[in-house]
Amino acid sequence: MKKEFRESIGRAVGNATLTGALGKFSEAYKVNRAKAYEGIDFEALRSTIAERKSHAAANLELLAETFANNAEALGAKVFRTNDPEQVKEYILKVAQAHDVKSVVKSKSMATEEIHLNAFLEKAGIAVGETDLGEWIIQLAGQKPSHMVMPAIHMTKEEVADLFSKEVDERIENDIPRLVKVARKELRAKFLKADMGISGANIAVAETGSLVLVTNEGNARLVTTLPKVHVALVGIEKLVERFDDIVPILTALPRSATAQLLTSYVSIISGPTPTTDGALKDLHIVLMDNRRSEMANDPKFKQALQCIRCGSCLNVCPIFRLVGGHVFGSIYTGGIGTILTAWFEELHNSEDIQGLCIQCGNCKEICPGKLDIPEMIMEIRRRLVMEKGQPLAQKAIFGIVNNRALFHGMLRAASIAGKPFNSGGFIRHLPLFLSDLTDGRSLPAIAAEPFRDRFPTIQQPADCRETAVFFAGCLIDFAYPEMGEALVRIMNRAGIRVVFPEAQTCCGAPARYSGAYEVAGQNAMDNIQALLADQAEYVVSACPTCTVALAHEFGDTLESLGHREWLPQATALAEKTVDFSTLVKRLVDAGRLTLKEGQQLGALTYHDSCHLKRTLRATEPPRELLRAAGYEVKEMFECDMCCGMGGSYSMKLPELSAPILQRKLHNIKETGAPVVAMDCPGCVMQIRGGFDQDRADVKVKHTVELLAERLES
Amino acid sequence: MYEQFKARAEGVGAEVYRFKDREGALAFILPFLHEEGGAAPPHSCAVWAESPFLEGLDREPLREVAGIRFEVSREAAAAARVGITQAEWALADTGTLVQDQTAVEQRLASSLTDIHIALLPTGNIIPDKIALLSKIDPRASRYIAFITGPSRTADIERVLTIGVHGPERLVIVCVDDMGGPAR
Ligand code: SF4
Ligand code: SF4
Repeated sequence: MKKEFRESIGRAVGNATLTGALGKFSEAYKVNRAKAYEGIDFEALRSTIAERKSHAAANLELLAETFANNAEALGAKVFRTNDPEQVKEYILKVAQAHDVKSVVKSKSMATEEIHLNAFLEKAGIAVGETDLGEWIIQLAGQKPSHMVMPAIHMTKEEVADLFSKEVDERIENDIPRLVKVARKELRAKFLKADMGISGANIAVAETGSLVLVTNEGNARLVTTLPKVHVALVGIEKLVERFDDIVPILTALPRSATAQLLTSYVSIISGPTPTTDGALKDLHIVLMDNRRSEMANDPKFKQALQCIRCGSCLNVCPIFRLVGGHVFGSIYTGGIGTILTAWFEELHNSEDIQGLCIQCGNCKEICPGKLDIPEMIMEIRRRLVMEKGQPLAQKAIFGIVNNRALFHGMLRAASIAGKPFNSGGFIRHLPLFLSDLTDGRSLPAIAAEPFRDRFPTIQQPADCRETAVFFAGCLIDFAYPEMGEALVRIMNRAGIRVVFPEAQTCCGAPARYSGAYEVAGQNAMDNIQALLADQAEYVVSACPTCTVALAHEFGDTLESLGHREWLPQATALAEKTVDFSTLVKRLVDAGRLTLKEGQQLGALTYHDSCHLKRTLRATEPPRELLRAAGYEVKEMFECDMCCGMGGSYSMKLPELSAPILQRKLHNIKETGAPVVAMDCPGCVMQIRGGFDQDRADVKVKHTVELLAERLES
Repeated sequence: MYEQFKARAEGVGAEVYRFKDREGALAFILPFLHEEGGAAPPHSCAVWAESPFLEGLDREPLREVAGIRFEVSREAAAAARVGITQAEWALADTGTLVQDQTAVEQRLASSLTDIHIALLPTGNIIPDKIALLSKIDPRASRYIAFITGPSRTADIERVLTIGVHGPERLVIVCVDDMGGPAR
């Protein structure tokens, strides 16, 4: 990680205006978005969008040609190119041919992508942004910090200062007044501009139409007043049919700004009359800039389904802490990381890809159905392939890859950690759990790991089923009591537990760092170990491990070309189940009974990212805890990441810590004395947080709470 | 349908009125213009872009009452306090007006002025965008405008503020009987 990058993160997190505005916005956004989507089947809607857009992405060449033919038949001039330099030259040529002195622009990411303003200005043409936020940014000489709200990081005082300088008159900090000033200043620019430049939100091949979506009304003026209109359109904006605009117009305003529809939508098909009676000179530039290449990449073609709503930024726990500037490019957040890797170069995403904590929030709400975390992992993988792993990481994974050595070191750590032991916590953990413990204590390595305790557990002889237990590193070496609780519960349901000694790290840390070779070795070792015994289930009480076993081994091995392992990976995936889901099934089947009539008081539940968004198990743990006698009091943002993210909390403690603080705050707000969760990683993070915070809240894995409540 | 449209349009800050016929609508519009047009120059006039509403109407008395201009130039529209156009369709589910604004006068009158009065045949309120698809044709209408409430921004401190580049007020005047066959 480059030093400047790290510093920019520090600056962003330390900027109270920015984090305050983004934080409040993201909290309000969630509520408003839900309201805007009332009565709409979002899953059906986004499936339609994904289907139409992926169809377009698969037929880009044909659609671009159809669009060009249809738009030209209406009298527009269409220019197609892959090269941003050619785009700029073309637009300059048009401007010079019309003797253009000044240009008004409505918001267009594509023009920013190629730094068009600077280029035209160098040629002596004045370029005025007219979107209020973009204009503010332009006056400040900054970059937008958010896709939809470019100036969200600025206060009205700062805006008033900028405007005062611009109009040479002291202007007060009153927002309606500031907006009036902008209206007046920009109105004059509109009326005298010789050329309007816009983007487009949709381009319809069938009719040669451009669709522009705005709230301020600037796009209407940009496309109406000047005699020349240039629209710069990234070819991912193409759709095949006119009726494809309906699902996009249904989702875009709702997702972007929680509106049912923006104030204005303009559908422009060919040149229209100008005020002096002649037809407007309409130029449409279809820009590729590696989009076709992206469409041909099996892992990244889905990125072309993006409708640029920005909602993935609004729900991202990282984005709301750092805003857009740390991304250093025009496109920001998770989607921006992906677009930067392609539109600029892979190498430019090296630092920013590390910002994603893989919580999956964005994937849940994306109206284009993009799997952003998956694409970011792919970027990591390609970076590692290209440049190799960072040395420190290489050393760590070298150890993780050697089970005997890895486990040996963890054992050694339990001894080394001892002097620092205080009430089950130590301040410094050796090995890859590093010593960055900002705002959170780390657990001691257990004196006796689960693998050593297991053989001493007495299991009933008359079990009718068998479950293979995959402990994962944290339960094995830090929280063996969780494993013991799990065995007790399984036994009570008539299930014998086996613990294959040869199991090792699930490979998630390696995979999430892009070290697929290591993850692949882990996958093969585990497949062998876990399929060796005849068993009905493979159960884990760690959602990250469960996801690895059930969803990732196959993918990791396939991307390494180890296709021969796929049948076994599938066999393992089919048997794998997370703890709460399995227990809920057993309770429903009458094989397990919880003690009745218990009044255990209030408890709040934290949804772990992988459990909620990949395994989709939100109800089983809640229902079980309720059945056990707890009153579940929901916390605010119960499904927001706790900031752990595996080794994320070690790599970026400056981001992990504030996320954790927020989580602790939300837990405390419920007043419940207990917080339950299904992930030992979250337990480690949140327990450690409360240990330093000194609040009296018990942090428990569901498995521990349920083990106490079984009817014998 | 009208009720839903009215609720949704008002929800985004539009003002919605309904009248039985053109006479009723005029009895509302003229005093409105009189009041708004009485404001100090340069915003002392109104522009009224060609509308089916005006067909067969004697415009001379209108000119007297409020100093309306029916010739909509850039200058006239930029100086006008009020602009009047007629929308063809309205979408009940989002409170949206839809108008073919290929003629530049229609755009000038509805985007440069402070107040946009949009006339609308009440019978042309349809449920939603899907219902609209069969009624509009981008090949025939080169500039189709959807208008939902007044111009707005939240770009400064996320505070919703009305009237950035477009009109700060959208007044929708629904007329049940436009006289002659509804379009
Ligand atoms: S990735 Fe999805 S959520 Fe993000 S901007 Fe694109 S469409 Fe919107
Ligand atoms: S997965 Fe989470 S952290 Fe990563 S981009 Fe999406 S919302 Fe942000």
